Amino acid sequence: MTEQPWQVHFKIYRQRSGQKPYIQTLTLAVDPDEYILDAIERIWANHDRTLTYRHACHHSTCGACGMRVNGCEKLACITTIRSVTQNGGNLRIDPLRNFPVVSDLVVDMGDFFLRMNKSGFDSVALSEAACLPYEKPKILMDQAEQVTERLVDCIECGLCISACPAANTDKEYVGPAVLASIQFMYAQNPSQELIDQADHHSGLWRCHSAYECTQVCPSGVDPAWRIMDMRKKVLTDRIKSIFRPRSQEKKNA
Amino acid sequence: MSVTQPSAIIIGAGFTGCALAYDLAQRGFAVTVVERGELASGTSGRTHGLLHSGARYCVTDAEAAVECIQENIILRRIAKQCIEYNGGYFVALDDADLAYAPVFSQGAQACGIPVEEIGVKRALGTEPALNPNILAAYQVPDAAFDPLRLAMAFAASARRYGAKFNTYHDVVGFLRDGNGNICGISAVNRHSAQPVEFQADITVNATGAWAGKVAEIAGIPVPVRPTPGVMVAYEKRVTERVINRLCEPDDGDILLPQRRMAVIGTTSFEVEDADYIPVHPDQVKEMHKRAALLVPALVNIKMRGAYMSARPLIGGMMSGRSLSRTFKCYDHRTIDGVDGLVTVTGGKATTCRVMAEKTADLVCQKLGWQRVCETAQHPLADYHLYYQSTEVAA
Repeated sequence: MTEQPWQVHFKIYRQRSGQKPYIQTLTLAVDPDEYILDAIERIWANHDRTLTYRHACHHSTCGACGMRVNGCEKLACITTIRSVTQNGGNLRIDPLRNFPVVSDLVVDMGDFFLRMNKSGFDSVALSEAACLPYEKPKILMDQAEQVTERLVDCIECGLCISACPAANTDKEYVGPAVLASIQFMYAQNPSQELIDQADHHSGLWRCHSAYECTQVCPSGVDPAWRIMDMRKKVLTDRIKSIFRPRSQEKKNA
Repeated sequence: MSVTQPSAIIIGAGFTGCALAYDLAQRGFAVTVVERGELASGTSGRTHGLLHSGARYCVTDAEAAVECIQENIILRRIAKQCIEYNGGYFVALDDADLAYAPVFSQGAQACGIPVEEIGVKRALGTEPALNPNILAAYQVPDAAFDPLRLAMAFAASARRYGAKFNTYHDVVGFLRDGNGNICGISAVNRHSAQPVEFQADITVNATGAWAGKVAEIAGIPVPVRPTPGVMVAYEKRVTERVINRLCEPDDGDILLPQRRMAVIGTTSFEVEDADYIPVHPDQVKEMHKRAALLVPALVNIKMRGAYMSARPLIGGMMSGRSLSRTFKCYDHRTIDGVDGLVTVTGGKATTCRVMAEKTADLVCQKLGWQRVCETAQHPLADYHLYYQSTEVAA
């Protein structure tokens, strides 16, 4: 560290299960380049062992440490203090919205994970399929040797659901992450079942095109683009079905 | 032989705890897992994410290398959902690395690790971002995995057999029976701040780098040295394969692709307490240097994150890198005269399943429960189902 430590006022959402929430204030000397998750871990280790929060990988591959930082959805593990406040400034830490709070910063991801599972979300894909379709795949020297796979982009962190204004008004809304998963799976293997999960008023058509999901996504999933793309596919499918002979109607089922 | 279903408490829901929960639950135990934080929120979550082929240890620690390749093959089969498998290269950067190559190649073969010298041209053809000045390249079956999801997949599998997971529960004491033996634990539910007790026939301390601290609550010494290392993640996936430097285990010798990132690691130093380990900026700088030796383009790629993870090295007279990366289970009845408690520690993420198997074997032997391990044979449950309500498998 080359510069002096900053003084930052942490204001942390605290809530024991079933009790009234309150805001805990703590002033800490921090390295401005410290990650927020490291600061939270330090608060837990040195100041208050009762603080609960979710975390695992500390480098944005697991998606556990989604929080609202000064009102904006962030992965705490890759967000530096410098990027969200200033010396002498405030750092408000809240749990994600649109998920039930279990305690403090810990939210219940259960329903969300089960919805992701229902969409058939595959966490590993061929590298080419894992890229966004509008990204150019690199030119490969030896195609046969370059069939590689990778963990896909969505880390199921829930930031998009927390940021989504539609999710805030409709508890039944399938939500951006799951719709993005449906689009991703449909692109690889189209099925009527996937369309049915998305094509209803709490699905694709609930989205208001606020694009907050894409704005906060830390992983480059671009859920909003995927929702629009899936709408296009659903509409195309409907139009085609008008001209489809009756005998082929169940073709996609 | 017990007539009724035996019960076990597992302290710690890292890789070992989750894999052990699955193993014991599948063998018919009533399993209760107690974890202080989130699943995999200690060392396991913060691992580099390398599914070792074992080649990294084939010269210095053959025992660990053999364990790694055996488990590598098993995990690739049972945990596909959590692993990106593209193999890895060991590349020589200087004459010292080249001199190491024959020892490496022989060592790998002796350990049963499929290793193939592939030639510089082919290595650069398939990984164009590699340092163009490499002198030799060997291919091994390395892979990258998603740490949290691997733990969740074991936990989801355990849940299928009825295991109960109590995350955010801090262990504060051990319960003793009339003979001074351990028959359970007392804990605090951190969500509600309420105290809670769990009783079981056997308690397993699977807290890795914290095994010494947890055993200390029972007044029992366990010689574990938390030995952290730094990892640095970059914004861009620069290779498709794991890139290892062809040398003895050293700082910054492994560059791993993971999702859209590249992750370099690591260092090795000892700490007393692994609860909070600051990320040392000088070590991060050193990682930048080492990473750029393997892939020069990383000089211009933005850092995405940096983190510390504390290996649970088993103590002795040696230190750091020279400690074996294999694992140990301790039956505290034979060592300390206290029955009802077993500790498992050491090891690596890659070997978590076999650590669980050996620990479960010991537990079964102690309780006279005759069921064998089946965890190598069946694919793990979908990790999402960690969140499903407990269901007994058919």
